[in-house]
Amino acid sequence: MQYHSPSSFNEAVAISNSSSGLVKYLAGGTDVLVQLKIGTKSPDHLIDIKNIPGVREISLRDDGGYTIGAAVSGAQLTDHKELSKKWPGLVEGMELVGSAQIQSRATLVGNLCNGSPAADSVPGMIAAGASVSILNSSGTKDVLVEDIPSGPGSTSLKNGELITAINLPKRNDYEGDAYLRFIPRTEMDIAVVGCAVNLSLENGFITTAKVVLGAVGPKVMLAHSAADCLVGTKLDDNILSRFSAKCSQIAKPISDKRGSAEFRKDIIGVIAQRAARKAYDRALGKY
Amino acid sequence: MAKDELAKDFKYIGTRPNRPDGYDKVTGRAKYGADVAAVGMLHGAVLRSPYAHARITSINFEKASKLDGVKAIITRDDFPVGIDGDTLNLLENTIAGEFAYYDGHAIAAVAATTVHIAKEAINEIEVEYEVLPHVIDVDEAIKPDAPVIKNNARDFSVPEGSSPNVASYIEFGTGDIDGGFDKADLVKSGRFKTEAAHQGYIEPHACMAQLDHDGQGEMWVCTQGHWYIRQMCASVLGLEASKLCVTPSEIGGGFGGKTTIFIEPLALALSKKSGGRPVKIVMSRAEVLRATGPTASASMDVKIGITKDGYLTSGSVEFRMQGGAFGGSPVSEALQCAFAPYNMPAAHHIGYDILANRPRAAAYRAPGSPMAAFAVESLIDEICTDLNLDPIDVRLKNAVKEGDKSSYGPKFKKIGLIETLEAAKDHPNYSISLGDNQGRGVAAGYWMNHGGETSVSVSLAEDGSVNVTVGTPDIGGSRASIALMTAETYGIPYDSVRVNIAETGALGFNEPTHGSRATLASGKAVYEAANQTISEMCQRVARKWQIDPDAVFWENGYAKPAGANAGDFSPISIKQIASEMDQTGGPIAGHHEASIRGVGHSFGVHIADVEVDPETGRITVLRYLVAQDAGRAIHPSYVEGQFQGGAVQGIGWALNEEYVYGADGCLQNAAFLDYRVPVASDLPNIDTIIVEVPNPDHPFGVRGVGETGIAPPLPALANAVNAAVGARLRSLPMSPGKVLKTIKTGEDGC
Ligand SMILES: Cc1cc2nc3c(=O)[nH]c(=O)nc-3n(C[C@H](O)[C@H](O)[C@H](O)COP(=O)(O)OP(=O)(O)OC[C@H]3O[C@@H](n4cnc5c(N)ncnc54)[C@H](O)[C@@H]3O)c2cc1C
Repeated sequence: MQYHSPSSFNEAVAISNSSSGLVKYLAGGTDVLVQLKIGTKSPDHLIDIKNIPGVREISLRDDGGYTIGAAVSGAQLTDHKELSKKWPGLVEGMELVGSAQIQSRATLVGNLCNGSPAADSVPGMIAAGASVSILNSSGTKDVLVEDIPSGPGSTSLKNGELITAINLPKRNDYEGDAYLRFIPRTEMDIAVVGCAVNLSLENGFITTAKVVLGAVGPKVMLAHSAADCLVGTKLDDNILSRFSAKCSQIAKPISDKRGSAEFRKDIIGVIAQRAARKAYDRALGKY
Repeated sequence: MAKDELAKDFKYIGTRPNRPDGYDKVTGRAKYGADVAAVGMLHGAVLRSPYAHARITSINFEKASKLDGVKAIITRDDFPVGIDGDTLNLLENTIAGEFAYYDGHAIAAVAATTVHIAKEAINEIEVEYEVLPHVIDVDEAIKPDAPVIKNNARDFSVPEGSSPNVASYIEFGTGDIDGGFDKADLVKSGRFKTEAAHQGYIEPHACMAQLDHDGQGEMWVCTQGHWYIRQMCASVLGLEASKLCVTPSEIGGGFGGKTTIFIEPLALALSKKSGGRPVKIVMSRAEVLRATGPTASASMDVKIGITKDGYLTSGSVEFRMQGGAFGGSPVSEALQCAFAPYNMPAAHHIGYDILANRPRAAAYRAPGSPMAAFAVESLIDEICTDLNLDPIDVRLKNAVKEGDKSSYGPKFKKIGLIETLEAAKDHPNYSISLGDNQGRGVAAGYWMNHGGETSVSVSLAEDGSVNVTVGTPDIGGSRASIALMTAETYGIPYDSVRVNIAETGALGFNEPTHGSRATLASGKAVYEAANQTISEMCQRVARKWQIDPDAVFWENGYAKPAGANAGDFSPISIKQIASEMDQTGGPIAGHHEASIRGVGHSFGVHIADVEVDPETGRITVLRYLVAQDAGRAIHPSYVEGQFQGGAVQGIGWALNEEYVYGADGCLQNAAFLDYRVPVASDLPNIDTIIVEVPNPDHPFGVRGVGETGIAPPLPALANAVNAAVGARLRSLPMSPGKVLKTIKTGEDGC
């Protein structure tokens, strides 16, 4: 195995395109190195992106949105006060990943590209309407985060394609997001189910809603029809129970060592309902 | 020993000094199993079965042996033939012969110059298997038409017509069972199930071994008992025991799981085959979970009769336990513990030890007692609820005390169950008010404790400090406790005592640190050995004073004349006696060897408060109390540590620890990510009450305290969950999915 440490994105892509065998980009390495150690994936080339200038920066764009560098760690995200205030749901998704040690390395991009349907930060990114900047040999393009996951452990990225940053849209008043997951313990578990909700309000009425479900299908999924239940409402109890039932209905989980399909279907509704309540309260500025 | 002596005030015992091994352990200097290395050392790796049950039709390691750096490859062919009985089981589990009996069963092992080469070589070994039908669940394994694991597994005790997977059968009892049930106002019965649980020690198995063709070997190993390692390795390899010298490392937990062999004979055989080069093997966590431990899984029927004012009249149990493919589940211990806390006018016990395609069960903290407690203490709670009786009062009414004959035979000496129940009842945790979806559960637990073969020595250094040498590895603070007892015996400062754990050549045979015995047994032996040196010192002083040895007595680190008649001499300190040793007869040392008896049984009572999320089935432990009789807490912090550690392991077993097998019989969660032991944030502070009813058979009143604490959490939590949301789970673990199902359907999970 060869380790590369390019100093620009272009160089990284060039190395990837000219290398043969299994080629892997390395961000925080909390998935890549674990897979390497247990022998599930043994790359021939590891391309570390952490030494590319600017890759660990969070910047506010002119349009009011944030750009998050591809190697920004979970800890950096949490420490960013403004971003955490505007996108608490997205940040809490990332913050749930692993422990303090993992947080100091793990990235949003790595979480996304690992392709797990249970990835904790991905529902929040999709609910936020985030996009990623992709560099390949023919140039750069912007793709919505929701279009990246393509199945368990896989993404729509083509060979050699590199994500350089994540772009969050501008945040307005009376908007709020939340992410909740269910695990049997209090930490160090993979989500049995997860749900992110992002809401915009006008006079207390929900005007737009995005609901994203994790770990209840082959990939993280947008629950459009569940979100539609919320629009035009003030999230009263009967709406919430309809919403909850809808989420359970949409969910297509499997049974595995982390929970049965039946259980997952049951609790995705509960977790979604709690996440919606939390997002709504945040949009009202309650906390 | 006279009782008044037990009640005396101590100078060192009961204090909480820093542990002697603490500095090394917090700085990382302490040497654990994987820390040893030697010049020319090779690294070993083990090929393991990917099938739950298979016939091994061929093993071809030609390709593997050609890899650069590979020095030795071993299979079962490298081990002696003609072994039988329990040694054959040990050998079979160490390395498969004709059959692989469980996912993870060792098939072959490689020694190479690096770990990477060894692992690569493992992948190059070609094994052909004929996959056979397997069985995992204990209730499935006992069915007459279950896949047969071994043709000749059953021993003489097994009744005709039983499933071929029944290895042994036990039955015993006392009193008039049916008469007892007739006298009862309420007779209740239930079926209960517990999953296997792994000991979950943080340090994986690791060893380094060296063995040459002269038959002399060395082994450095992480173990609870190096004489056991010596004995077992010698027997499966056909060596003479005394030719193998085994040195224990520091140990990052064992809980019973490190009292037997796994990789150790493989390392020795690899060393021998590679021409005597040292070979080190370190297990991964996945190997630990697939191939070592765990305890048994159990299916249990219980029936209890009681009068309406809460007196037990009769009880019967039938326990079926699966302890892997070789038998050896702790079913007899489980039966002994089942009704041990109570005066049962009649009790009947039946047990089955059953084979299944799982790793060979190893001891785990109070083996058998947690399962028994889950079944019996849950049912008693159900009875208390039905009759509207206070669960502590019912236990007090029936509690055993000094002089009572236990449900399994022996008569109890001085024991502290009543005191423990009363202490728990008086604790504020028993009366704190609870909110919605919150509930409180109570349960008692028992472990008989163990003394065992013990050999120690004590020697005086030339400056009057004292070296103690024991053979029980220090897992939970036993060096500190033994140093305190030594200091107390001599009347010298705690810091002037150094406790060493010696290799197998330095002492007589020692059983492992198991059965809650290290502080009890090594402590008692050290007391005897120290007193030998004290009488030697008194004799030497008597010679100096030219008086009768009986006229010299020992107090607070000094030899003194025993009263006015003895003469007017100034006391002589241990320091001075030591400094003159070379002139007065040479080194002063003592030793003691015995099978230690008089263990002092230990009872515990736990009170758990939980909150259950009725929408998800998730349980949060809000508050937790352990009250237990320690006899005498030599070092109270380590007694509390044992209480808390036992409770936490029991909580894990009760809530989320579980072996998840696929339809193919392979373990799916061989990692701590999905084998869910509790993490620190899952737990409240574990409150403790140390009850001290001294053990009359120990010089300082010690009872073993290490094990009892794991038994009560299983039923205490199930009882608390029922109190919180009216869901009675009779099957562990109480993982959220199961709890939610019970809340919704009332099914108990069995
Ligand atoms: C102890 C532990 C606990 C964990 N707990 C959780 C948890 O609770 N929830 C959770 O969701 N995950 C968890 N994880 C998984 C992991 O930490 C996360 O998925 C993390 O976000 C991965 O980020 P990384 O930067 O470390 O990714 P890496 O390991 O560096 O990379 C992951 C994948 O992304 C690819 N990649 C990296 N950078 C780029 C790029 N710029 N462009 C294209 N592809 C790229 C890599 O090639 C690889 O395939 C845990 C892991 C560990 C070890």
